[in-house]
Amino acid sequence: MTTTESAENEGLLVRRIKNGTVIDHIDGGEALNVVKILGITGTTQEALSIATNVPSRNMGRKDIVKLTNRELSKEEVDRIALISPRATINIIRNFKVCEKKGVEIPILIEGLVRCPNPGCISNTNEPIRSRFKVLPEGLHCCYCDWVITRDITGHII
Amino acid sequence: MATRHIISIGDFDRKEIDRLLDHAAQIDKKKYDENALCGKILAVLFFEPSTRTRMSFESAMARLGGTSLSVGSVEACSMAKGETLADTIRVVSGYADAIVIRHPKEGAARLAAEFATVPVINAGDGAGQHPSQTLLDLYTIRQSMPIDGIDIALVGDLRYGRTAHSLASALSLYNARLHTISPKGLELPATLAAGLAEKGMEIIEHDDIRDVIDTVDVLYVTRIQRERFPDSASYFNVASNYRITPELLTGAKKHLIVLHPLPRVDEIDPRVDASPHARYFEQSKNGVPVRMAMLMRVLQ
Repeated sequence: MTTTESAENEGLLVRRIKNGTVIDHIDGGEALNVVKILGITGTTQEALSIATNVPSRNMGRKDIVKLTNRELSKEEVDRIALISPRATINIIRNFKVCEKKGVEIPILIEGLVRCPNPGCISNTNEPIRSRFKVLPEGLHCCYCDWVITRDITGHII
Repeated sequence: MATRHIISIGDFDRKEIDRLLDHAAQIDKKKYDENALCGKILAVLFFEPSTRTRMSFESAMARLGGTSLSVGSVEACSMAKGETLADTIRVVSGYADAIVIRHPKEGAARLAAEFATVPVINAGDGAGQHPSQTLLDLYTIRQSMPIDGIDIALVGDLRYGRTAHSLASALSLYNARLHTISPKGLELPATLAAGLAEKGMEIIEHDDIRDVIDTVDVLYVTRIQRERFPDSASYFNVASNYRITPELLTGAKKHLIVLHPLPRVDEIDPRVDASPHARYFEQSKNGVPVRMAMLMRVLQ
Protein backbone atom coordinates (compact mmCIF):
# COMPACT_ATOMS: atom_id res chain seq x y z
CA MET A 1 0.00 0.00 0.00
CA THR A 2 1.35 3.46 -0.91
CA THR A 3 1.50 6.37 1.53
CA THR A 4 -1.31 8.10 -0.38
CA GLU A 5 -3.52 5.06 -0.12
CA SER A 6 -2.75 4.87 3.57
CA ALA A 7 -3.66 8.51 4.10
CA GLU A 8 -6.86 8.09 2.12
CA ASN A 9 -7.85 5.07 4.15
CA GLU A 10 -7.11 6.89 7.37
CA GLY A 11 -9.14 9.84 6.18
CA LEU A 12 -12.08 7.61 5.45
CA LEU A 13 -11.84 5.76 8.68
CA VAL A 14 -11.56 8.60 11.16
CA ARG A 15 -13.29 11.91 10.64
CA ARG A 16 -12.25 15.13 12.31
CA ILE A 17 -14.01 16.03 15.52
CA LYS A 18 -14.92 19.51 16.68
CA ASN A 19 -14.25 19.08 20.39
CA GLY A 20 -12.89 16.20 22.43
CA THR A 21 -9.89 13.89 22.59
CA VAL A 22 -8.06 11.94 19.93
CA ILE A 23 -5.86 9.12 21.14
CA ASP A 24 -3.43 8.29 18.38
CA HIS A 25 -0.56 5.81 17.97
CA ILE A 26 -2.25 3.13 20.03
CA ASP A 27 -0.57 -0.22 19.44
CA GLY A 28 -2.46 -2.11 16.72
CA GLY A 29 -5.36 -4.12 18.12
CA GLU A 30 -5.39 -2.40 21.52
CA ALA A 31 -8.12 0.20 20.86
CA LEU A 32 -10.88 -1.79 22.49
CA ASN A 33 -8.74 -2.27 25.58
CA VAL A 34 -8.05 1.47 25.65
CA VAL A 35 -11.79 2.08 25.57
CA LYS A 36 -12.19 -0.42 28.41
CA ILE A 37 -9.45 1.27 30.46
CA LEU A 38 -11.17 4.61 30.03
CA GLY A 39 -14.36 3.14 31.42
CA ILE A 40 -16.33 3.85 28.24
CA THR A 41 -19.28 1.50 28.11
CA GLY A 42 -22.48 1.11 26.13
CA THR A 43 -24.17 3.60 28.45
CA THR A 44 -21.63 6.38 27.83
CA GLN A 45 -23.17 9.46 26.18
CA GLU A 46 -20.15 10.66 24.18
CA ALA A 47 -19.83 9.78 20.48
CA LEU A 48 -16.92 7.40 20.04
CA SER A 49 -15.00 6.49 16.87
CA ILE A 50 -12.53 3.65 16.74
CA ALA A 51 -10.16 2.88 13.90
CA THR A 52 -8.17 -0.27 14.26
CA ASN A 53 -5.20 -1.65 12.32
CA VAL A 54 -4.71 1.57 10.41
CA PRO A 55 -1.45 1.44 8.38
CA SER A 56 1.23 3.58 10.00
CA ARG A 57 4.65 4.48 8.66
CA ASN A 58 6.33 4.33 12.05
CA MET A 59 4.32 1.65 13.78
CA GLY A 60 3.35 -0.68 10.95
CA ARG A 61 -0.24 -0.58 12.12
CA LYS A 62 -1.91 1.45 14.78
CA ASP A 63 -5.29 2.13 16.35
CA ILE A 64 -7.00 5.48 16.87
CA VAL A 65 -9.76 6.40 19.30
CA LYS A 66 -11.75 9.63 19.02
CA LEU A 67 -14.01 10.77 21.79
CA THR A 68 -16.23 13.79 21.19
CA ASN A 69 -17.00 16.44 23.78
CA ARG A 70 -14.82 14.91 26.46
CA GLU A 71 -11.32 15.98 27.42
CA LEU A 72 -9.49 13.22 29.22
CA SER A 73 -7.57 14.00 32.41
CA LYS A 74 -3.90 13.16 32.84
CA GLU A 75 -4.72 10.33 35.25
CA GLU A 76 -7.05 8.79 32.68
CA VAL A 77 -4.64 8.97 29.80
CA ASP A 78 -1.67 7.72 31.79
CA ARG A 79 -3.51 4.46 32.38
CA ILE A 80 -3.30 3.89 28.64
CA ALA A 81 0.49 3.73 28.97
CA LEU A 82 0.13 0.34 30.66
CA ILE A 83 -0.94 -1.27 27.40
CA SER A 84 0.21 1.22 24.78
CA PRO A 85 3.15 3.34 25.91
CA ARG A 86 3.58 5.03 22.51
CA ALA A 87 0.07 6.50 22.45
CA THR A 88 -0.32 10.24 21.99
CA ILE A 89 -3.17 12.38 23.22
CA ASN A 90 -4.58 15.31 21.28
CA ILE A 91 -7.07 17.60 22.93
CA ILE A 92 -9.27 19.15 20.23
CA ARG A 93 -11.12 22.43 20.62
CA ASN A 94 -13.05 23.85 17.67
CA PHE A 95 -11.30 21.46 15.23
CA LYS A 96 -7.85 22.56 16.39
CA VAL A 97 -5.30 20.57 18.34
CA CYS A 98 -4.89 22.63 21.51
CA GLU A 99 -2.78 20.17 23.47
CA LYS A 100 -0.63 17.27 22.35
CA LYS A 101 1.06 14.98 24.84
CA GLY A 102 2.43 11.51 25.32
CA VAL A 103 1.41 9.11 28.06
CA GLU A 104 3.45 8.41 31.16
CA ILE A 105 3.38 5.12 33.01
CA PRO A 106 1.83 5.87 36.43
CA ILE A 107 3.53 4.83 39.68
CA LEU A 108 0.29 3.58 41.20
CA ILE A 109 -2.98 2.46 39.65
CA GLU A 110 -6.19 2.22 41.61
CA GLY A 111 -9.48 0.55 40.75
CA LEU A 112 -8.38 -0.42 37.24
CA VAL A 113 -7.09 -3.97 37.49
CA ARG A 114 -8.47 -6.89 39.47
CA CYS A 115 -5.96 -8.88 41.51
CA PRO A 116 -5.77 -12.41 40.06
CA ASN A 117 -5.19 -13.87 43.52
CA PRO A 118 -8.58 -15.25 44.65
CA GLY A 119 -7.38 -15.07 48.26
CA CYS A 120 -6.65 -11.34 48.09
CA ILE A 121 -8.69 -9.07 50.36
CA SER A 122 -9.25 -6.70 47.42
CA ASN A 123 -11.50 -9.38 45.85
CA THR A 124 -14.04 -9.21 48.66
CA ASN A 125 -16.85 -6.82 49.59
CA GLU A 126 -14.52 -4.53 51.55
CA PRO A 127 -14.86 -0.79 50.77
CA ILE A 128 -11.54 -0.53 48.95
CA ARG A 129 -10.35 -0.26 45.37
CA SER A 130 -7.67 -2.54 44.01
CA ARG A 131 -4.27 -0.88 44.14
CA PHE A 132 -1.12 -1.83 42.24
CA LYS A 133 2.38 -0.41 42.16
CA VAL A 134 3.78 -0.29 38.65
CA LEU A 135 7.20 -1.96 38.74
CA PRO A 136 9.56 -3.02 35.94
CA GLU A 137 8.56 -6.68 36.43
CA GLY A 138 4.84 -5.97 36.36
CA LEU A 139 1.98 -4.79 38.54
CA HIS A 140 2.47 -5.42 42.25
CA CYS A 141 -0.70 -5.75 44.37
CA CYS A 142 -0.36 -3.43 47.36
CA TYR A 143 -2.53 -5.75 49.45
CA CYS A 144 -1.34 -9.31 48.82
CA ASP A 145 2.01 -8.75 47.01
CA TRP A 146 0.86 -10.74 43.95
CA VAL A 147 2.68 -9.63 40.79
CA ILE A 148 0.92 -9.56 37.42
CA THR A 149 3.70 -10.07 34.91
CA ARG A 150 1.66 -10.55 31.71
CA ASP A 151 -1.78 -10.11 30.17
CA ILE A 152 -2.55 -6.92 32.06
CA THR A 153 -5.53 -6.23 29.81
CA GLY A 154 -7.03 -9.57 30.81
CA HIS A 155 -7.26 -8.29 34.38
CA ILE A 156 -8.83 -4.92 33.69
CA ILE A 157 -12.00 -4.51 35.72
CA MET B 1 3.41 11.17 64.05
CA ALA B 2 2.34 8.38 61.69
CA THR B 3 0.81 5.32 63.33
CA ARG B 4 3.33 2.48 63.55
CA HIS B 5 2.08 -0.76 62.08
CA ILE B 6 3.87 -4.08 61.63
CA ILE B 7 2.38 -5.66 58.52
CA SER B 8 5.18 -7.31 56.59
CA ILE B 9 8.77 -8.23 57.27
CA GLY B 10 9.47 -6.35 54.04
CA ASP B 11 8.65 -3.13 55.88
CA PHE B 12 11.79 -3.61 58.01
CA ASP B 13 15.36 -2.96 57.03
CA ARG B 14 18.14 -5.00 58.54
CA LYS B 15 19.02 -2.39 61.12
CA GLU B 16 15.45 -2.32 62.44
CA ILE B 17 15.31 -6.12 62.64
CA ASP B 18 18.60 -6.28 64.52
CA ARG B 19 17.46 -3.57 66.91
CA LEU B 20 14.22 -5.39 67.65
CA LEU B 21 16.02 -8.71 68.19
CA ASP B 22 18.53 -6.98 70.51
CA HIS B 23 15.60 -5.63 72.49
CA ALA B 24 14.03 -9.11 72.67
CA ALA B 25 17.34 -10.45 74.01
CA GLN B 26 17.29 -7.84 76.78
CA ILE B 27 13.72 -8.81 77.62
CA ASP B 28 14.80 -12.46 77.71
CA LYS B 29 17.30 -11.50 80.40
CA LYS B 30 14.40 -9.97 82.38
CA LYS B 31 15.72 -6.48 81.70
CA TYR B 32 12.42 -4.75 81.10
CA ASP B 33 9.83 -2.65 82.89
CA GLU B 34 6.95 -4.90 83.97
CA ASN B 35 4.63 -1.91 83.85
CA ALA B 36 5.81 -0.62 80.49
CA LEU B 37 2.34 -1.04 78.96
CA CYS B 38 0.28 -0.57 82.11
CA GLY B 39 -3.12 0.87 81.16
CA LYS B 40 -2.77 -0.15 77.52
CA ILE B 41 -5.26 -2.48 75.85
CA LEU B 42 -4.52 -4.88 73.01
CA ALA B 43 -7.40 -6.07 70.81
CA VAL B 44 -6.80 -9.64 69.66
CA LEU B 45 -8.77 -10.21 66.45
CA PHE B 46 -8.23 -13.74 65.26
CA PHE B 47 -10.45 -14.88 62.40
CA GLU B 48 -8.55 -18.15 62.06
CA PRO B 49 -7.51 -20.76 64.60
CA SER B 50 -4.30 -20.15 66.52
CA THR B 51 -2.71 -21.39 69.70
CA ARG B 52 0.88 -20.17 69.84
CA THR B 53 0.59 -16.79 68.15
CA ARG B 54 -2.53 -15.75 70.00
CA MET B 55 -1.45 -16.95 73.43
CA SER B 56 2.06 -15.57 73.13
CA PHE B 57 0.73 -12.12 72.16
CA GLU B 58 -1.61 -12.21 75.17
CA SER B 59 1.21 -13.44 77.38
CA ALA B 60 3.53 -10.70 76.06
CA MET B 61 0.92 -8.03 76.78
CA ALA B 62 0.29 -9.36 80.30
CA ARG B 63 4.02 -9.48 81.10
CA LEU B 64 4.28 -5.79 80.22
CA GLY B 65 1.38 -4.85 82.50
CA GLY B 66 -1.20 -4.42 79.73
CA THR B 67 -4.47 -6.19 79.09
CA SER B 68 -5.98 -7.95 76.08
CA LEU B 69 -9.49 -7.93 74.63
CA SER B 70 -10.77 -10.65 72.39
CA VAL B 71 -13.95 -11.31 70.42
CA GLY B 72 -13.73 -15.04 70.97
CA SER B 73 -14.72 -17.07 67.95
CA VAL B 74 -15.52 -15.64 64.52
CA GLU B 75 -19.12 -16.86 64.91
CA ALA B 76 -19.47 -14.66 67.99
CA CYS B 77 -18.55 -11.37 66.31
CA SER B 78 -20.33 -8.99 63.94
CA MET B 79 -18.47 -10.29 60.90
CA ALA B 80 -20.72 -13.32 61.15
CA LYS B 81 -23.58 -10.88 60.48
CA GLY B 82 -21.87 -9.64 57.34
CA GLU B 83 -19.94 -6.66 58.72
CA THR B 84 -16.90 -5.74 56.66
CA LEU B 85 -13.44 -6.02 58.14
CA ALA B 86 -13.02 -2.29 57.53
CA ASP B 87 -15.98 -1.48 59.80
CA THR B 88 -14.87 -3.94 62.46
CA ILE B 89 -11.45 -2.32 62.52
CA ARG B 90 -12.88 1.19 62.77
CA VAL B 91 -15.00 0.12 65.73
CA VAL B 92 -12.28 -1.82 67.53
CA SER B 93 -9.88 1.13 67.13
CA GLY B 94 -12.12 2.91 69.61
CA TYR B 95 -11.78 0.17 72.21
CA ALA B 96 -8.06 -0.58 72.20
CA ASP B 97 -4.61 0.97 71.86
CA ALA B 98 -3.38 -1.59 69.33
CA ILE B 99 -4.81 -4.43 67.25
CA VAL B 100 -3.31 -7.83 66.50
CA ILE B 101 -5.05 -9.48 63.59
CA ARG B 102 -5.06 -12.89 61.95
CA HIS B 103 -7.29 -13.29 58.91
CA PRO B 104 -7.69 -15.87 56.13
CA LYS B 105 -7.47 -13.29 53.33
CA GLU B 106 -4.11 -12.07 52.05
CA GLY B 107 -3.69 -8.34 52.50
CA ALA B 108 -6.24 -8.20 55.33
CA ALA B 109 -3.72 -6.69 57.75
CA ARG B 110 -2.75 -4.04 55.20
CA LEU B 111 -6.43 -3.16 54.82
CA ALA B 112 -6.81 -3.07 58.61
CA ALA B 113 -3.91 -0.62 58.86
CA GLU B 114 -5.67 1.68 56.38
CA PHE B 115 -8.82 1.86 58.48
CA ALA B 116 -7.37 1.69 62.00
CA THR B 117 -6.55 4.72 64.07
CA VAL B 118 -4.29 2.62 66.32
CA PRO B 119 -1.26 0.45 65.43
CA VAL B 120 -1.96 -2.88 63.70
CA ILE B 121 0.23 -5.96 63.96
CA ASN B 122 -0.19 -8.70 61.38
CA ALA B 123 -0.37 -12.13 63.00
CA GLY B 124 -0.79 -13.92 59.66
CA ASP B 125 -2.96 -13.16 56.65
CA GLY B 126 -3.82 -16.19 54.53
CA ALA B 127 -0.79 -17.43 52.61
CA GLY B 128 0.68 -13.93 52.93
CA GLN B 129 2.81 -12.49 55.69
CA HIS B 130 3.54 -13.47 59.29
CA PRO B 131 6.19 -11.00 60.47
CA SER B 132 6.15 -11.89 64.19
CA GLN B 133 6.89 -15.54 63.32
CA THR B 134 9.78 -14.44 61.11
CA LEU B 135 11.25 -12.28 63.84
CA LEU B 136 11.12 -15.10 66.35
CA ASP B 137 12.61 -17.49 63.77
CA LEU B 138 15.52 -15.10 63.26
CA TYR B 139 15.85 -14.65 67.01
CA THR B 140 16.07 -18.43 67.51
CA ILE B 141 18.72 -18.77 64.80
CA ARG B 142 20.68 -15.93 66.34
CA GLN B 143 20.69 -17.69 69.71
CA SER B 144 22.73 -20.48 68.13
CA MET B 145 24.82 -18.76 65.46
CA PRO B 146 25.29 -15.47 63.62
CA ILE B 147 22.65 -15.22 60.90
CA ASP B 148 25.05 -13.79 58.34
CA GLY B 149 26.01 -16.20 55.60
CA ILE B 150 24.18 -19.26 56.93
CA ASP B 151 23.06 -22.15 54.74
CA ILE B 152 19.40 -22.80 55.48
CA ALA B 153 17.13 -25.48 54.04
CA LEU B 154 13.43 -24.77 53.76
CA VAL B 155 11.59 -28.07 53.75
CA GLY B 156 7.92 -28.90 53.06
CA ASP B 157 5.12 -26.78 51.66
CA LEU B 158 6.92 -23.73 50.35
CA ARG B 159 4.10 -22.60 48.12
CA TYR B 160 1.39 -21.89 50.68
CA GLY B 161 3.57 -21.70 53.81
CA ARG B 162 3.58 -18.03 54.75
CA THR B 163 6.26 -18.53 57.41
CA ALA B 164 8.69 -19.82 54.79
CA HIS B 165 7.99 -16.86 52.49
CA SER B 166 8.52 -14.26 55.20
CA LEU B 167 11.66 -15.95 56.52
CA ALA B 168 13.19 -16.26 53.04
CA SER B 169 12.57 -12.55 52.45
CA ALA B 170 14.19 -11.58 55.75
CA LEU B 171 17.20 -13.84 55.17
CA SER B 172 17.92 -12.04 51.93
CA LEU B 173 19.12 -9.20 54.18
CA TYR B 174 21.65 -11.52 55.81
CA ASN B 175 23.46 -12.95 52.80
CA ALA B 176 22.07 -16.41 53.58
CA ARG B 177 22.11 -19.24 51.05
CA LEU B 178 18.72 -20.85 50.58
CA HIS B 179 18.20 -24.55 49.85
CA THR B 180 14.65 -25.55 49.01
CA ILE B 181 13.21 -29.05 49.25
CA SER B 182 9.52 -29.40 48.52
CA PRO B 183 7.04 -31.75 46.84
CA LYS B 184 6.14 -31.10 43.22
CA GLY B 185 3.54 -28.34 43.02
CA LEU B 186 4.44 -26.95 46.45
CA GLU B 187 7.66 -25.19 45.43
CA LEU B 188 8.55 -21.63 46.40
CA PRO B 189 6.43 -19.29 44.22
CA ALA B 190 8.37 -18.27 41.13
CA THR B 191 7.77 -14.54 41.65
CA LEU B 192 9.12 -14.74 45.22
CA ALA B 193 12.15 -16.75 44.12
CA ALA B 194 12.83 -14.27 41.31
CA GLY B 195 12.56 -11.33 43.73
CA LEU B 196 14.99 -12.96 46.16
CA ALA B 197 17.44 -13.80 43.38
CA GLU B 198 17.29 -10.18 42.28
CA LYS B 199 18.36 -9.16 45.78
CA GLY B 200 21.42 -11.37 45.32
CA MET B 201 20.21 -14.40 47.25
CA GLU B 202 21.48 -17.77 46.10
CA ILE B 203 18.65 -20.31 45.91
CA ILE B 204 19.36 -23.97 45.24
CA GLU B 205 16.57 -26.49 44.67
CA HIS B 206 17.01 -30.09 45.82
CA ASP B 207 14.93 -33.23 45.51
CA ASP B 208 16.10 -34.93 48.68
CA ILE B 209 16.93 -33.65 52.17
CA ARG B 210 19.86 -36.06 52.30
CA ASP B 211 21.54 -34.06 49.54
CA VAL B 212 21.99 -31.09 51.89
CA ILE B 213 21.93 -32.52 55.40
CA ASP B 214 25.71 -32.26 55.76
CA THR B 215 25.79 -28.74 54.28
CA VAL B 216 23.14 -26.73 56.07
CA ASP B 217 23.26 -24.90 59.39
CA VAL B 218 19.48 -24.64 59.80
CA LEU B 219 16.68 -26.98 58.76
CA TYR B 220 13.41 -25.06 58.64
CA VAL B 221 10.60 -27.59 58.37
CA THR B 222 7.01 -26.69 57.50
CA ARG B 223 3.84 -28.71 57.54
CA ILE B 224 2.62 -30.37 54.36
CA GLN B 225 -1.14 -30.15 54.52
CA ARG B 226 -3.16 -33.24 53.70
CA GLU B 227 -5.81 -31.23 51.87
CA ARG B 228 -3.27 -30.41 49.15
CA PHE B 229 -3.38 -34.05 48.02
CA PRO B 230 -6.18 -36.01 46.34
CA ASP B 231 -6.13 -38.83 48.95
CA SER B 232 -4.44 -39.94 52.14
CA ALA B 233 -2.28 -42.53 50.38
CA SER B 234 -0.63 -39.98 48.09
CA TYR B 235 -0.19 -37.61 51.05
CA PHE B 236 1.62 -40.23 53.14
CA ASN B 237 3.65 -41.30 50.13
CA VAL B 238 4.93 -37.74 49.60
CA ALA B 239 5.13 -36.64 53.24
CA SER B 240 7.32 -39.59 54.22
CA ASN B 241 10.05 -38.23 51.93
CA TYR B 242 10.15 -34.97 53.88
CA ARG B 243 10.21 -36.39 57.39
CA ILE B 244 13.04 -35.50 59.74
CA THR B 245 14.30 -38.50 61.69
CA PRO B 246 17.23 -39.13 64.06
CA GLU B 247 18.75 -41.36 61.37
CA LEU B 248 18.70 -38.49 58.87
CA LEU B 249 20.36 -36.18 61.39
CA THR B 250 23.33 -38.48 61.95
CA GLY B 251 24.92 -36.92 58.86
CA ALA B 252 24.27 -33.34 60.00
CA LYS B 253 26.72 -30.68 61.13
CA LYS B 254 27.14 -30.66 64.90
CA HIS B 255 25.68 -27.19 65.27
CA LEU B 256 22.70 -27.74 62.93
CA ILE B 257 19.38 -26.61 64.39
CA VAL B 258 15.95 -27.87 63.40
CA LEU B 259 13.16 -25.28 63.42
CA HIS B 260 9.43 -25.65 62.80
CA PRO B 261 6.74 -22.98 63.21
CA LEU B 262 4.46 -25.68 64.72
CA PRO B 263 2.02 -27.32 64.89
CA ARG B 264 3.84 -30.33 63.50
CA VAL B 265 1.98 -33.40 62.40
CA ASP B 266 4.21 -36.01 60.78
CA GLU B 267 7.10 -33.86 59.58
CA ILE B 268 9.39 -34.40 62.55
CA ASP B 269 9.75 -37.75 64.25
CA PRO B 270 9.08 -37.25 68.00
CA ARG B 271 12.40 -39.02 68.68
CA VAL B 272 14.12 -35.90 67.31
CA ASP B 273 12.74 -33.88 70.26
CA ALA B 274 15.49 -35.21 72.51
CA SER B 275 18.21 -34.42 69.99
CA PRO B 276 20.53 -31.44 70.59
CA HIS B 277 19.52 -30.26 67.12
CA ALA B 278 15.85 -29.74 68.07
CA ARG B 279 15.01 -26.09 68.69
CA TYR B 280 11.32 -25.88 67.78
CA PHE B 281 9.95 -25.72 71.31
CA GLU B 282 12.56 -23.11 72.23
CA GLN B 283 11.54 -21.27 69.05
CA SER B 284 7.90 -21.30 70.14
CA LYS B 285 8.83 -20.01 73.59
CA ASN B 286 10.83 -17.20 71.99
CA GLY B 287 7.53 -15.87 70.69
CA VAL B 288 6.95 -14.13 73.99
CA PRO B 289 10.08 -11.91 74.27
CA VAL B 290 9.99 -11.14 70.55
CA ARG B 291 6.31 -10.15 70.68
CA MET B 292 6.97 -8.11 73.82
CA ALA B 293 9.56 -6.16 71.87
CA MET B 294 7.09 -5.73 69.01
CA LEU B 295 4.32 -4.48 71.30
CA MET B 296 6.70 -1.99 72.91
CA ARG B 297 7.75 -0.83 69.46
CA VAL B 298 4.20 0.04 68.40
CA LEU B 299 2.81 1.19 71.74
CA GLN B 300 5.60 3.30 73.24
